[in-house]
Amino acid sequence: MAAVACLPRQNQAKWPLRHRCAHPDMKTSLAFKPDFAEFDIHRALSWIAGEADWVGLRHVQECAQRRTVRNLRPEHNSIVVERGVMVEAWVDGQIAYAGTCDLSEPGLRAAARRAAKLARASARFKPFELTTTQRPPSRGRFAGPALRGFDSLSLHEFTDRLMEACRRLQVSNKIVNAVAEAALVETHVQYASSNGADIDQRYLSVSGHFAATAQDGPDTQSRSLNGPVANCRQAGLEYFDFEAIGAGCERVGRQALELLAAEECPSERLDLILAPDQMLLQIHESIGHPLELDRILGDERNFAGWSFVRPQDFGRLRYGSTLLNACFDPAQPGGFASYGFDDGGAPATFEYLIKDGLLLRGLGGLESQARLGLPGVANFRAAGWNRAPVDRIANVNLEPGNSPFEDMVASVERGVYMESNISWSIDDYREKFQFGCEYARLIENGRFTKVLKNPNYRGVTVPFWNALKRVGDLQSLQSFGTPYCGKGEPNQMIRVGHASPPCLFAQVDVFGGGR
Amino acid sequence: MSFVETQCQQFDWLAEAAFAGLKPGEALNLALSAEDQTYVRFNNARVRQATGVAQSRLGLTFQREARQLRLALALSGQPARDLAAVRSLLERARAETFVLPEDPFATPMANNGASDHRHGGDYPDTGGWIGQIAEAAAGLDFTGLLAAGPQIRAARNSAGQSHWFSTDSFLIDYSLFTVNETGENKAVKALHADRQWHPEAFAANLEDAKRQLERLRRPARSLPPGEYRAYLAPAAVEKIISLFSWDAVSYDAWKKGRCALRQLADGERVFAEDFNLRENFRLGLAPRFNSLGEVAPAEVPLIERGRLQSLQVSSRSAKEYGVPANGADTGEGLRCCEVAGGGLAEADALEKLDTGVYLGNLHYLNWSDPRTARVTGMTRYACFWVENGKIAAPIRDLRFDESLYRVFGPPLEALTRETYLFPATDTYHGRALGGCKVPGAVVGAFRFTL
Repeated sequence: MAAVACLPRQNQAKWPLRHRCAHPDMKTSLAFKPDFAEFDIHRALSWIAGEADWVGLRHVQECAQRRTVRNLRPEHNSIVVERGVMVEAWVDGQIAYAGTCDLSEPGLRAAARRAAKLARASARFKPFELTTTQRPPSRGRFAGPALRGFDSLSLHEFTDRLMEACRRLQVSNKIVNAVAEAALVETHVQYASSNGADIDQRYLSVSGHFAATAQDGPDTQSRSLNGPVANCRQAGLEYFDFEAIGAGCERVGRQALELLAAEECPSERLDLILAPDQMLLQIHESIGHPLELDRILGDERNFAGWSFVRPQDFGRLRYGSTLLNACFDPAQPGGFASYGFDDGGAPATFEYLIKDGLLLRGLGGLESQARLGLPGVANFRAAGWNRAPVDRIANVNLEPGNSPFEDMVASVERGVYMESNISWSIDDYREKFQFGCEYARLIENGRFTKVLKNPNYRGVTVPFWNALKRVGDLQSLQSFGTPYCGKGEPNQMIRVGHASPPCLFAQVDVFGGGR
Repeated sequence: MSFVETQCQQFDWLAEAAFAGLKPGEALNLALSAEDQTYVRFNNARVRQATGVAQSRLGLTFQREARQLRLALALSGQPARDLAAVRSLLERARAETFVLPEDPFATPMANNGASDHRHGGDYPDTGGWIGQIAEAAAGLDFTGLLAAGPQIRAARNSAGQSHWFSTDSFLIDYSLFTVNETGENKAVKALHADRQWHPEAFAANLEDAKRQLERLRRPARSLPPGEYRAYLAPAAVEKIISLFSWDAVSYDAWKKGRCALRQLADGERVFAEDFNLRENFRLGLAPRFNSLGEVAPAEVPLIERGRLQSLQVSSRSAKEYGVPANGADTGEGLRCCEVAGGGLAEADALEKLDTGVYLGNLHYLNWSDPRTARVTGMTRYACFWVENGKIAAPIRDLRFDESLYRVFGPPLEALTRETYLFPATDTYHGRALGGCKVPGAVVGAFRFTL
């Protein structure tokens, strides 16, 4: 692998001289492998197996890098190494948890005893009788789809490419801030239990953020590639097609300038086309969260909230128009939240959540399914070694329809097309939402006309999805995600993935900024 | 040895060993964030999940020849293994500094002095405690979280500084739910936080919440979108002030054009004369030192008499923009802030409101147009329609979308004399420190949109 990136000479001339000096460390790989001894989960399980009626053990090792360049200077370079174990202990029909980074025999024994003690103390107040049915003895492996490991580039090469992306954002001297950022995460999760579960899952995750802020006097406008950190995938370095990213950065820079001169988004009730990078948030907040079975059960009521969806709505509620087909797809290649098994050991399979507009199934793991007597999905997930699993959104996607994007636009007499989420808010029952986007275009008589700034829209979940008029075709499908889905007490931030085509909604309240 | 004593001993040993291994021209800051928490999640007064977490995270900031790398490591608590891991991270950091370009805004490490503040706690063993809480809440639809245990923040660097802060406390952050006379779910929110457990104090807290819940049993009223006079109870004000940490008081955000209070910062607009905001570390909710060990003044006036006095300036911003730092951490948010009380007795707030909306709490706030400090969010928990100074009925939840120049600007009619402390309750990665102290506010016009 070449140690020095080949980039046009005129670009190199802008960089600090030191950066071009040859040094043996220039070959430092982008990959970082912490020098830890391999964790023998079966041996560890044998140490603690007698501490409760049943025990489970989840070992998580994760190495996360963040590389940020701003205005052609390094802004942030970091490596975070996480390694720990969550012990689960089942006593008297109650499971409790204890997390520790001390992976020695005494450390794990202490954690197991702590978990057993908590289970024993709380068993008298358990909300339901847990059995090992909710911890199936699954065995299997999952490997992410990465083609090129993080060791396929040197740190020097990767930094150079971020610099180049940053430079291509700077299309004008009105671009006062240009940011190119990448996150690279290597994850290894092992799960084993005293009733025979044995699961090993490894994957690489990547995300990118490329953004420009344009300023003209007191007015500033920001634009990014698909919104802040929406470009998220399970992938290796093949994800970073820097030629395409560079072209995207130039477009982002130009659009930031366009926004400076743009009109405010009108305040009207109009047809609305949402790009896939805004459908990401629309699906997440108004399909994903309300369908979580633990929310429906009320576990989340003190924090993120409850849900307007009631248990009796499954199989009955007309959630959206007949064009709406939403699915849970843990096997989506490269989906940001793809996996083979959830953190309770349930094998993850594709399921329809909403089919032809009818609500069919919620997002709940085996515990919630047992409590509600309803089918669910394998989504009992924890954000890390230090948190107990709860029902989480994973890959929740909207299936493509049959409308080419051009036809969708052509069908609109007067409407707005919005891209890239920048603001989000929804009530604690997941009904009344308001979202804002970075960039919009007015559609008049089936054609894009003006660029609009500060576009926002609001609505109510079920009427909104029932106003779905067109769904983009397979060619227009795009996949995004976010590492920042928050939920749970104690709080947990987890990765989710959402793929969607653009969608057209009839007569939505849109509006701009100001006042 | 206690968790805090063990962590202190191991941190000091690790720091000395790490500093001893540095080469000429290298500098290192070590920041420790550790906790030994018990988290018990309740739903309907039953224990949904109970989790113990012992964790120590070591943050390393390594510098050499104006290059900088940040690293973090979950410590195992086995000193020899942890030192080996730290050494391997430092080797990596060293190698990276030969590759990375110069970072002109990395702040050279300095000796920011020494401090040591330790606050103990006194509460029962978790086993018995779970029973006490569950039994006190029996018969109620009680949902929430108990978080209890020691928390540590420490920072040492190779220039000699050494800061330690540890506190041992608990919080019970909960909601009580009921169904009103027309079959709708209604709830109140409460928080009981302390270093010492007194069962009678929790019982009183619970009784107060139950009394509030009674008022929500009446049929709820739907209000059409529009402008209403409003009383924002302290919990609602706290939600708005918390949003200030999202780029509203950051010097860096202001310089980069994304400051949500830019017009205030530029002197184009003002808040009401009554509005005063400061960081006040005397509240004791968080250490004065940040993750680099830089020490903030005990008080940092941010907005005085409605005008901006200063923004939060980290040492990185200070270097980049040539202004003095004021101890702000990376991100330049609020750590321990206070909005000063006004002249209105809380008992007179409804009379002052006369007819309008009582907002007990707010939910899911976000900037809808940062250029004009416009915020959207939802009403949540105990919110009422008030007529002639008396509560008339609970309301159905509404979405608001309003500029802070109208909330805290001239339409602000009064702030209550009484202010309330809201310790941070968020527990992402670990239990947070910090919080704020705020009054209630009577606002002449508040805009609801949905």
